[in-house]
Amino acid sequence: MQKYYGWGLPYNASAYGADVDRLIYLLHGFMILLFVGWLIFLVVALFKFRSRPGHQATYKPDHFKAPTYIEVGVALFEAFLLIGFSFPIAKHVRTLPPKGEALEVRVVAEQFAWNIHYPGPDGVFGKTDIQLMVPANPVGLDRNDPAAKDDITVINQLHVPVNKPVIVHLSSKDVIHSFFLPVMRVKQDVIPGQNVPVWFQAKDTGNFEIACAQLCGLGHYRMRGFLIVEQPEQFAAWQAKYAPKVPAPAPVQTPASPVTVAKE
Amino acid sequence: MSDNGIRYISKPHPVTGVTNSKLGIWCFLASEVMLFGGLFSAYVLLRASAPSWPHGSDLLNVPLATLNTLVLITSSVTMVMAWASLALKDFSKYKRYMAATILLALVFLAVKSVEYAHKFEHHHFPSTNTFYAIYFTLTGLHGLHVLGGVVVNTYFLFPGSALWKKDPEQFKGRIECAGLYWHFVDLVWIFLFPVLYLL
Amino acid sequence: MSEKQHSHDLPFWRKYIFSLDHKVIGIQYGITGLLFLFFGFCLMMLMRWQLAYPGQPLPVIGNLFSERMMVGGIMLPEFYNQLGAMHGTIMVFLGVVPLAVGGFGNYLVPLQIGAPDMAFPKLNMMSYWVYFLGGVAMIASFFLPEGAAQSGWTSYPPLANIAASGQTVWLIGMVFLITSSLLGSINFIVTIVQLRAEGLSFFRLPFFVWAQFVTSFLLLLAFPPLEAAGVLQLMDRLAGTSFFMPSGLVVAGKALEVSGGGNPLLWQHLFWFLAHPEVYVLILPAMGIVAEVFATNTRKPIYGYKSMVCSVIFLGFMSFIVWAHHMFLTGMSAKMSSFFQITTMIISIPSVILLTALALSLWGGSIRFSTPMLFAIAFLPMFGIGGLTGLPLGLAASDIHLHDTYYVIGHFHYVVAPGTIFALFAGVYHWYPKVTGRKMSEILGKIHFFLSIVLINGVFMPMFILGLAGVSRRLYDQMQFAHAQPTQPLNVFMSVCAWLLGLAQIPFIINIFGSLIWGKKVDNNPWEATTLEWAAPSPPPHGNFDAVPEVYRGPYEYSVPGQKHDFWPQNMAKEN
Repeated sequence: MQKYYGWGLPYNASAYGADVDRLIYLLHGFMILLFVGWLIFLVVALFKFRSRPGHQATYKPDHFKAPTYIEVGVALFEAFLLIGFSFPIAKHVRTLPPKGEALEVRVVAEQFAWNIHYPGPDGVFGKTDIQLMVPANPVGLDRNDPAAKDDITVINQLHVPVNKPVIVHLSSKDVIHSFFLPVMRVKQDVIPGQNVPVWFQAKDTGNFEIACAQLCGLGHYRMRGFLIVEQPEQFAAWQAKYAPKVPAPAPVQTPASPVTVAKE
Repeated sequence: MSDNGIRYISKPHPVTGVTNSKLGIWCFLASEVMLFGGLFSAYVLLRASAPSWPHGSDLLNVPLATLNTLVLITSSVTMVMAWASLALKDFSKYKRYMAATILLALVFLAVKSVEYAHKFEHHHFPSTNTFYAIYFTLTGLHGLHVLGGVVVNTYFLFPGSALWKKDPEQFKGRIECAGLYWHFVDLVWIFLFPVLYLL
Repeated sequence: MSEKQHSHDLPFWRKYIFSLDHKVIGIQYGITGLLFLFFGFCLMMLMRWQLAYPGQPLPVIGNLFSERMMVGGIMLPEFYNQLGAMHGTIMVFLGVVPLAVGGFGNYLVPLQIGAPDMAFPKLNMMSYWVYFLGGVAMIASFFLPEGAAQSGWTSYPPLANIAASGQTVWLIGMVFLITSSLLGSINFIVTIVQLRAEGLSFFRLPFFVWAQFVTSFLLLLAFPPLEAAGVLQLMDRLAGTSFFMPSGLVVAGKALEVSGGGNPLLWQHLFWFLAHPEVYVLILPAMGIVAEVFATNTRKPIYGYKSMVCSVIFLGFMSFIVWAHHMFLTGMSAKMSSFFQITTMIISIPSVILLTALALSLWGGSIRFSTPMLFAIAFLPMFGIGGLTGLPLGLAASDIHLHDTYYVIGHFHYVVAPGTIFALFAGVYHWYPKVTGRKMSEILGKIHFFLSIVLINGVFMPMFILGLAGVSRRLYDQMQFAHAQPTQPLNVFMSVCAWLLGLAQIPFIINIFGSLIWGKKVDNNPWEATTLEWAAPSPPPHGNFDAVPEVYRGPYEYSVPGQKHDFWPQNMAKEN
C-alpha cells in the first residue's frame, strides 16, 4: 500500500485523475510564483526603506503601474483557469458515461460503513425497502423482487474491473457522508434524501481505499472501505463467488451486460 | 445634544436628514427583512422540492386570518394616528390611539391563539408535516414580533410617556421609530397571509 | 453640563461593570475576547495531543477529565469531536469577532471619528452582556451529561439534528451571539454615519473606520439567515419538525420517526449565507488595523486609499454571492457551480488590491520596526498564503480532491491565525498606550513576535501536505486510513509547534499585565500619529473630547512637504 500514498498527491489510478492533478500543479506553480514575487518586493521594501538617520519618507511616491498590470493579469489568469480547466474538467466529471457501457453500483452510506449493492447479471437493481434493513440485509433488498434475485450486496468492499467506467449511485441512510476515493480523485457528498451518481474509470489494478470525507459522527475516522480494482476475469470470478446461492432466472440477453468479459 | 454630548438624538443630522434612532430602526428593519427572508426562502425550497403540497385554504382558517389581516392593518393606521397626534401636540389623543393599537394587537394575538388551539385539538402540530412546520414557525416568529411590539408600545403608553414632558421631540421620534417597526410587522403579515393561507 | 463631571460619582459597578462608556465596554469585549481566544487555544492543544499520539493517555492533565471525556487519560472520540466543534465556534464567535469588532471597534471608532461615544450607549452595553451570556452558555454546554456540541462548528443536519443536548445549547448560545452582533452592528453604522466630527467627510475617515463600517453591514445583513436556520434546527430538535430531515432515514438500525420532507441542504445554504460574509468580518477589521499601524510606522500615507475604500465596499457586496463555494460537492448543477466559481474568482480581485495597496504602502516610507509594525508586516505574507491557497479550493475541479481535507484547515487558519490574530496583536501593542497611558515592553514584544511567527508556520504549513495527500478533516485518528498514515509524523511536529506556540504567548500575557505597572508612561500621542484618537488624552476621559473636534485634512498626512514635523494631525488647525 505504501507506494500509493506518501506526502503529496496520492497515486493516480483514475482515467481523468491526470486532469485534476494537472490543475492542482498549475495552481500551485502560479501561487508560488505570485508569493515569491510579493515576498521579494516585501523584503526589498523593508530593507530599502528602513528608518535610519537622514532618511525621510516620501509623502507621495510614484504611482506604480505594475500592480495594475499584475492585478489584470491575475484576473485574466483566473478566467483562463476557469474556462480552460475547471469548467471542462468539472463537466467531464459530471457527465456520466452511457449506462450500457458502464458497471453500475449502488453505494448506501451509513454510520459507519459503505454498503455496496451490485445489480447482478440482469443489470437491474432489485427493489429495496427501509423496513427490510437489518444487519444481515444492510441495503434492505427485497429478495422477493425478481430483479433482486441475482443482486449482490457486500459491506466495505467495492470491486470494479479495470479500464471500464463505473457509475456509483450514492445515497445515505442516516447523516451526510462523503464518498472519497483518493486514488480516483473522486469525492462526492452523500446527502440523505438524495441520490447522486458519480463515475470513474480505473486505469490500474490494485487495492485502494474508500474514505469518508464529511464528519458523520463518532466513527467518522474509521469509516474505511476497500476499493479493489481487478482484471475483468478476476472481477467476474468474484461476482460469481458472491452471487446469491439461489437458482437465478435465465439472465436477460442484453448486449451490454456488465459481466461480459469483453476485451476493450 | 444629550448630557453626554451625543448629537442628533432629537434633531436630525443636517446631511442625512434623520435622527440616530431613525437610522437605527431602518438598519434593524433591514436585518429583520433578512430574517424573515431566510424563512421565506426555506418555505420556497421546501415547497419546490416536495412531491405534493397542500392548499393553505384547505388546512387553515382563511376567514379568521382575513379578520386578523384587517385588524393588523387597522392597528397600523392607529399607530400613525398616534404619532400624528403627537405632531399636533395632542397628548391625550396620542394615548387613545396608542391604546387602540395595543388593543388591536392583542386581538390579533388572541385570534392567533384560537387558531393554534384549534390546530392542536385536531392533532396538527409542527411535527405533523413540513407544511405545518413552516406554518407554525413563520406565524410563531411573527407572533413573537407582534408581542414584542405590544411590550414596546405599552412601555411608550405608560412609563415611557414621561419623556413627552422632558423632550417632546425625542419622544415623538421614538414613537415614529416604534411606528416604523409596527408597520414592518404588519408588512410581514401581508406577505405571510397570502403565501401560507391562499397560495 | 456634561456627564464627564458626574462620572466619578458613579458607583464601582456602574463605572466598570455596567458602564455605558464605549471605552469601558470596548475593554470588556477585549478582555473577554482574549480569554475566550486563550480557552479555544487550550481546546486545540488538547486535540493536538490526540492527533500526535492517537490513543495514548495524556499524562497528568488527562486525569483531570471525567470518564465521559477521557478514559484513563485517553481521549474519547466524542470528546475529540466536541473539542473540534467548540474550538471553531469559540474562536470565531467568542474570540476573534468580539475582540476585533467589539473590542477594537468599540474603543476606537468613536475616538477616530471625534465622537463622545457610540450613538446608542445603552444598546452597546446590552450587546456586551448578551455576548457574555452567549459565551457562558457555550462554555456551560461542556458540563452537560453528553457534553458540548460535537457536529462541527458547521452543525450540518441530520447529524446535528440527532446529536445530544449540547447541540441545543449551542443553538441557543448562537441566538444570543447573533443578537449581540446585530445590536452592535446597528450601533456602528449609525455612529459612523451620524456622529463624525466637523469636516470629517467619508473620504477623510481612517481606513480602520471604513473596515468596521463595511464589517457592520456584513454582520447586519448576513447573520439573520443563520438565526432563521438556528430557529429551524431548534424546531427540528425540540418540536419534532423535519425542516432538514428527509423521509426514510434509518439511524443505528431503527427507522427515524419524523415526518420527513425536509432537506439537509437547506441548512447548508442558510448557514453559509452567513458564514461566508463572516470570514470577511474576521479579516476586514484586521486589515483596518494593519493600515493604521503601517501609516504610523512608515511615516507616509497609505498607498491607494481610495482604491482600498472602493475595494472594501465591493468586497462587502461580493461576499454575499459566493457562499456556495463551500458546497461544491453537494451535487449542485453545472450552472450553480459555474456561477459560484465565477463570483469566487471575482472576489479575489478586491482582496488582491487591498493586500497590494498595503504592501505598496511600505515603498518610500521610513519604516520603524516596532513590535506592532512587525506583526502588521507579517500579516501580509501570512494572509497572502491564506488567500492564495483559497484558489484551488475555489475552483470546483481542484476542490474535488481538496474539499474537507487539511488543505482547507491550513487555508483558513493562515488567514485567521497568522493573519487576523497577528493583526489583532499589532493592534494591542499599538493602542495599549492609548488605553492605559503606558507603553508595552518592546523586548517582550519582540520575543513574542519572533517565537510566534516561526511556530505558527510550523503548525499550519504542514497541513497543506496532509491536504494534498487527501487526509480528511475532523478525524479522531488518521492512522485508520492507509492514505493518511504516511503523514502522521507531521502531526507530531505540528503538535509540538502548537504547544510551544502556547508557551510563546506567555511573554505577551506578562507584558499586558506587567506594563500596567512598570510600562513607560506616555502622553496622548506617543507614536506621533495623525488620527483623532491620538488627540485625546491617554486614556481618554468620559466623553473623549472637550468639544467636538474639527477636522481639516485626511487621516494619513505624514511627511507632508514643507511641514516642520513629519506628521500633521487631522484636527490641527494651523500649519505644523
